Amino acid sequence: MDNNQDRQGKSLELPKPENLMRLALSDSGFVFDPVSGNSFSVNGSGMAILRRLQQGTDLTRIVASLCEEFEVDALAAERDVIEFANLLRNTFR
Amino acid sequence: MNQRTPWSKPILTPHRPGGMNKFGALRPQLHQSELDGVAIMPLLEQYGSPLFIVSEKRLRENARHLRRAFSTRWPKVRHGWSYKTNYLGAICNVLHQEGSWAEVVSELEYRKARALGVPGSRIIFNGPWKPAAALEQALLEGAALHLDHLDELFAVEQIARRLGKQVPVGLRLNFDTGHTEPWSRFGFNLESGAAMDAARHIGASQWLQLTGLHSHIGTFVLDVRAYAQQARIMAEFMETVERETGCRIEYLDIGGGFASHNALQGLYLPPDQVVPSFEQYAEAIVAALTDATRGRAALGKPLPVLVLETGRAIVDDAEVLVTRVVGGKRLPDGRRAAILDAGVNLLFTAYWYNHDVRPLQPSEGLAEETVLYGPLCMNIDTVRASVMLPPLNLGDALLISPVGAYNNTQWMQFIQSRPAVVMVMQDGSIEPVRLAETLQTLTDPERVPEALRAPFPNPSPSR
Ligand SMILES: Cc1ncc(COP(=O)(O)O)c(C=O)c1O
Repeated sequence: MDNNQDRQGKSLELPKPENLMRLALSDSGFVFDPVSGNSFSVNGSGMAILRRLQQGTDLTRIVASLCEEFEVDALAAERDVIEFANLLRNTFR
Repeated sequence: MNQRTPWSKPILTPHRPGGMNKFGALRPQLHQSELDGVAIMPLLEQYGSPLFIVSEKRLRENARHLRRAFSTRWPKVRHGWSYKTNYLGAICNVLHQEGSWAEVVSELEYRKARALGVPGSRIIFNGPWKPAAALEQALLEGAALHLDHLDELFAVEQIARRLGKQVPVGLRLNFDTGHTEPWSRFGFNLESGAAMDAARHIGASQWLQLTGLHSHIGTFVLDVRAYAQQARIMAEFMETVERETGCRIEYLDIGGGFASHNALQGLYLPPDQVVPSFEQYAEAIVAALTDATRGRAALGKPLPVLVLETGRAIVDDAEVLVTRVVGGKRLPDGRRAAILDAGVNLLFTAYWYNHDVRPLQPSEGLAEETVLYGPLCMNIDTVRASVMLPPLNLGDALLISPVGAYNNTQWMQFIQSRPAVVMVMQDGSIEPVRLAETLQTLTDPERVPEALRAPFPNPSPSR
């Protein structure tokens, strides 16, 4: 995992925090986008990632903190964050 | 370390007005881990994935249900098991044990029925091509032969002349019920008079005797009025040919086509709401038949046997396909896609059904719109274009149903080989009823010419 850290930090284009800041999130997993007027449901892991991205956390630290909070290994978490970040980037432009 | 939360893949599901479709988003998350009380996961581990599983119990129940629905309404009923719907030997023999004859449409199917031990006298022989040798065998063995066209009629007459005996034959008819697309390519057309021409020829022949009428009006026919009309038209034709040619019709065979509990693509309502029950089909058919044969009793003529060739409605929901998730991705449009180890190579019916898909294990996560792809390197290989499913992890197993009709006969050995089929027996034991194919299944019938034995005959290290 260690020798991956360098690559992780650089290779991924994370969603822009300002695009995510505008979202209203509720603890029950409800997401509202005031720009498009669309609403969404997000599950627990999705919410955890979304909150960290809103705070501008980088990938390495997101993965590390997910591993602390969830029963997931770093590789699996990284894979899922990469995919989810892409979805967020394309959903909230 | 403090208590960690179980991980499931992150999901973001848009709320759409009205949900995904009428049912998808609202449907409770279903899972199914057992079939007839038998746990599925150990079977998957033993026989490999993907795996077809047949329920002997359901198959028998369906056969009995069909028989009960009709024989409580009409005195003489016969069912011919449509081999092409699923001709796995074990399935055929369950149905034969339930009293069904074999309904075959080719020499191969005829021979398969005979090899299973079905006597020729319990075979209904349909189809547009019956080679001369097969026709002769069927005539000698007393099969119910349904003539499809004039060439066949003349061929059968010649064989009978050569054998020096008069043989009973049936005529396949086609006509417009007003409720279904006419299948005019099979059999003799009624409206044009071709059917009557054939009946007259048979009536005048010393070698042929017309004893039955057959027609098959289509498949997945949801409108019971189509069958009522079919029964009426056939009964009226029976009266006409008997009167005009002096023959005696012993049976009316109305073919197959009853819908199964599967979701036809393009239909808005779920199968439970649109698929008629066997009782509803029976009610419509027998009412029309009773009405059209009212005069017979007075003339002392017996009522014809009503023959059914119901295929999909008997076997479809008696079989499931279990498959594993072998990969996942996020499509550019945001939808989730899962790659399965079973695709349209095994599930031919995915082209026209939206099969029910549910995980083997319960899942807590939020359902999300998902595309299910098969393992083929082909664009057409989509098992479901859109289905709401909970989070899927690599290796998760999904149960696809109903898959009993037309898949084990139309599956392809293409890119992948075909997997095992097992049957859950009535007593809960498991029997393999078709082994998984291997590389050898593919290569055994092949012959590589001597000159082509070596793929690289002159090894050149630089290339
Ligand atoms: C002559 C004949 N009989 C029976 C069947 C069985 O039809 P189904 O599976 O729709 O009941 C078919 C299917 O096409 C058929 O062609």
